[in-house]
Order: sequence, then C-alpha cells, then structure tokens
Amino acid sequence: MGEEMTEATGGIDFEDEDASGVIKKFMFVNRKAPYGTIYALEALEVVLISAAFDQDVSLAFLDDGVYQLVKGQHTKAIDVKNFSPTYRALEGYDIEKLYVEKESLEQRGLTEADLLVDVEVMSSADIAKMMAEQDVVISF
Amino acid sequence: MLHIVNKSPFENQTLDSCLRVVGNVQGAALLLTEDAVFAATKGSIIEGKIKTAMSTIKVYALWPDVEARGMQDRVIEGIKMVDYGGFVDLVAEHSNCQSWL
Repeated sequence: MGEEMTEATGGIDFEDEDASGVIKKFMFVNRKAPYGTIYALEALEVVLISAAFDQDVSLAFLDDGVYQLVKGQHTKAIDVKNFSPTYRALEGYDIEKLYVEKESLEQRGLTEADLLVDVEVMSSADIAKMMAEQDVVISF
Repeated sequence: MLHIVNKSPFENQTLDSCLRVVGNVQGAALLLTEDAVFAATKGSIIEGKIKTAMSTIKVYALWPDVEARGMQDRVIEGIKMVDYGGFVDLVAEHSNCQSWL
C-alpha cells in the first residue's frame, strides 16, 4: 500500500510522521514581467499555497521580475486581472521576505520608491548568498 | 513598413534585431506592445537605443499595455501612444507590417 500511496502523491509519503511539521526554506525567484506571460501570476499562486503549508517562504525579484512590483498598474484596458495588490497582502500570510536585486532596478531606471510594497533591495552577491541558504528554490 | 515588437528588451534580443535591421530606414515605424513597452520608458539602459532610432523612425507604444504595467508616467517624450483603434489605423496606413517573433 505504501508504494501505491507514494506514486499517487508524487513520491511524497504522507504516512511518514517525520515529514509532517518540517519547515523548509523556500525561495521563489521571479524573473518575468507581469501580463506578457502567465509566469508572474502562477508564481503568486504557488507562493500562497506554500504559505498555507506554513513554510519559510521568501521571494526574490530579478531581471524583468522587478516590474511585477511597480506601482500604478491599471489593467482594465487589456482585460486582465490586476494582481499587483496581492503583493501587499502577502504580509497577512506571514510572507514578509521580499528581496529585490539592485542591479535589475537600476538597469530599468527604477528605484525602491517606484515599488508598491516594502522590500529589501540587495546586491546580486547578497541575493546569491540568500539563494544558497535555501532548501528549495523554485524559479518562474 | 510597420514593425511590431512584443517582447521585453531585457530578456530577449528581438528589439535589438528589429532596430539593427530597420532602425535607420526612412519611413519605417515601430510599435511596441505587451512586454516591449518597457523599451519606451525613461532611465533604462535601453533608452539610448530607442532615442537613436527615433531620429529616423516613428516609434509608437500601445497605451493599454503601458498602463497595465504602471509605466504611464515614465514614457520617453516623443513616443506616441496609440489605443487599439490606433493600432488598427497604423496597420492600415502602412503598406505592410511585420510582427517580430
């Protein structure tokens, strides 16, 4: 039965008592602009799911991912849901670690003041350090 | 001829390719849509390239895409905004168009 169970649950053995209550460090790396592709929205969905499992979640925004956090998004005319307010709601799910790469902001002529949520702006080197400390890194 | 680019200049070489080929062709026009509208913003490392192209070709950006991304206050002066109707007009005004993929 155990074998069947792990196959049906994607290799995760829910019978294993030790597996419950384990908190891992998850980092979600966002590198795509919103709306042009579905990645940013999908990442947000997965982030919210991981928060429901009480994991240690952080988000990193690099490259065009920094555009996800820009203030003043108005999507009515492209008929797509404006999901940018969700980033401000993450705090309510105990997701407070939002890291933004300084170099990516600068290349795009953006500053921390252009962003709609409190973040920690860090150098590429510091982002790399944070990544190295994670148990799981998921890239979007 | 109208050229349409829809990919971010930071993650894709499409805009570079387009400007390399038609950036100094008289009478050419460039319309930036979707994630390519980031190329129309001030202060980025792409601004110089766009401004150079603007001395020869007309550059347009699709307003609904600009606004969706919160870029409405950052647009480079001289880039003309068009709505969906304006998009259709541009296609109709030009003898042909190319969507760069």
